[in-house]
Amino acid sequence: MNTVPPSDTFFSASPEWGWLVALYFFVGGLAGGSYFIAMFIDLFGRPADRALARIGYYISFPCIVLSGILLTLDLKRPERFWHMLIESNTFRPMFKYWSPMSIGSWALTIFGLFSLIKFLSALSEDGKINWPQANRWRPPHPLGTTLAVVGGLLGFYVAGYTGVLLAVTNRPIWSDTPLLGMLFIVSAASISASLILLLAERSRLTMPGVRALHQMDGWVVLLELIILIALMISLGPVFRAWLNLWGVLLFLVIVLGLLVPLALFWRRDLLGARNLIGTAALVLLGGFLLRVVIVFSAQGV
Amino acid sequence: MAEPMGFYTDTTVCIGCKACEVACKEWNQLPSTNGGKNTLSGDSYDNTRALDGIHWRHVKFVEQFTDDRKDGRWLLMSDVCKHCVQAACLEVCPTGAIIRTEFDTVVIQSDACNGCRDCISACPFGVIEINPASGTAQKCTLCYDRLQAGMEPACSKACPTQSIQFGTIRELKERAQKRVAQLHQMGEKRAYLYGADDKFLGGLNSFYLLVDKPEVYRLPANPQMPTRNLKLGSWFSVLGAVLVGLMGMISFRNRGAEERP
Repeated sequence: MNTVPPSDTFFSASPEWGWLVALYFFVGGLAGGSYFIAMFIDLFGRPADRALARIGYYISFPCIVLSGILLTLDLKRPERFWHMLIESNTFRPMFKYWSPMSIGSWALTIFGLFSLIKFLSALSEDGKINWPQANRWRPPHPLGTTLAVVGGLLGFYVAGYTGVLLAVTNRPIWSDTPLLGMLFIVSAASISASLILLLAERSRLTMPGVRALHQMDGWVVLLELIILIALMISLGPVFRAWLNLWGVLLFLVIVLGLLVPLALFWRRDLLGARNLIGTAALVLLGGFLLRVVIVFSAQGV
Repeated sequence: MAEPMGFYTDTTVCIGCKACEVACKEWNQLPSTNGGKNTLSGDSYDNTRALDGIHWRHVKFVEQFTDDRKDGRWLLMSDVCKHCVQAACLEVCPTGAIIRTEFDTVVIQSDACNGCRDCISACPFGVIEINPASGTAQKCTLCYDRLQAGMEPACSKACPTQSIQFGTIRELKERAQKRVAQLHQMGEKRAYLYGADDKFLGGLNSFYLLVDKPEVYRLPANPQMPTRNLKLGSWFSVLGAVLVGLMGMISFRNRGAEERP
């Protein structure tokens, strides 16, 4: 090789993180994002919006369980998944605050507990399980407020640490920009808001918070577009790594997953009654493909 | 702790015999590629292709020829884990499977590794891969078992030209600097040491004498720690969370204003 690559990151090897990881990035984003959006509704919404918050908690818990399964299956030695939390030689807790994968493993575990509590709380509120004490797990009870806020912050972490984890490598693209974590957090918010809206629409829920959440989703998608453009600029000459089929897919993500939904947010009459469903479906598709592009393109270099 | 030990590889005397590769495979009982049914790569005499979980030594063949092939040279280099003083793999490993030994070398404990592959993407040299036989990440151990028994690593023991030299880092650096001076005196002004000082990764406990740019040998000119992005990446993520939070609050608060009579 006599040509000099655009970055020193081009000499590293691919970890061969495949579909399980790409899917985890999406599902984990939904788990964290749905929780923190539900937290907003919990804290700032009206009593009439509570059904919307419950949708968020109903999404979060199954998604975090699925995240754990996907991550375990992706290990080459899945039976050793617990080595992430417990040092296998000494049986002491394994924790490295400077390793995103180490903190992420703890965050997923602890967030899973918060997610489970809020899931049970939502079931109780809907009368699907009989658990009167669950009232304390919802704001305005101090315990409920604490659960919402701490869980929401953990949700932000779960949604974003994956981007930081990719940046804390030596792979091209991933480690050539510091913006992946930010992109993943904002994208987690947009896909989660979209899924909550989609499920609310499917259940024919017409609480007032739907409009506010739809508006929020529009702003978040705009922010995501700005961050993605900033990310592409921050790559500098490494951007050339996207001048291939992955770049085409990324272009589709920008058009179908961001620009078209933005147009639909502003022109709500474009699709008529299907506007909300169409917008949400495109944002979700775009969010998934964005992760596919980021995970796979950096490993094909 | 014992004195830091390592390799000094003088690429100018490597003859590409691959005795180091064979000795490494034999001592460490590494399986063959594809059950022994390997194919030719078409890349010079290099059919090993790259360092990975079952190739812990790799002799690189770099052909530098003019278009008419009247003039040219081969650059040969036996590549291996660099046993970095600041090791990227050790830094990110979430299970504690990667350790620094009493010889200042870096070793993956196969019984603790769960195959998450974070170390693979962290290593700036592309040294680590999964060994399919164990399902764990593996690389050169600098023959930790032999070192503990007072023996030298299998590869350097087998090297017939002393291209790979083993010893204390202090001794090896002295030897390498003398060799660079000798080559300069003989007219090979391009000779220099890669990784012998602490310009990157705190220095490499397996360093090289090269006669061309690092990239020519498929080595990064300025390898860096993966955690260089940790702080900035985290702060940007926090900013993203704050902006999403603000958008949520504004959207829900505006609604309140709109709905009030």
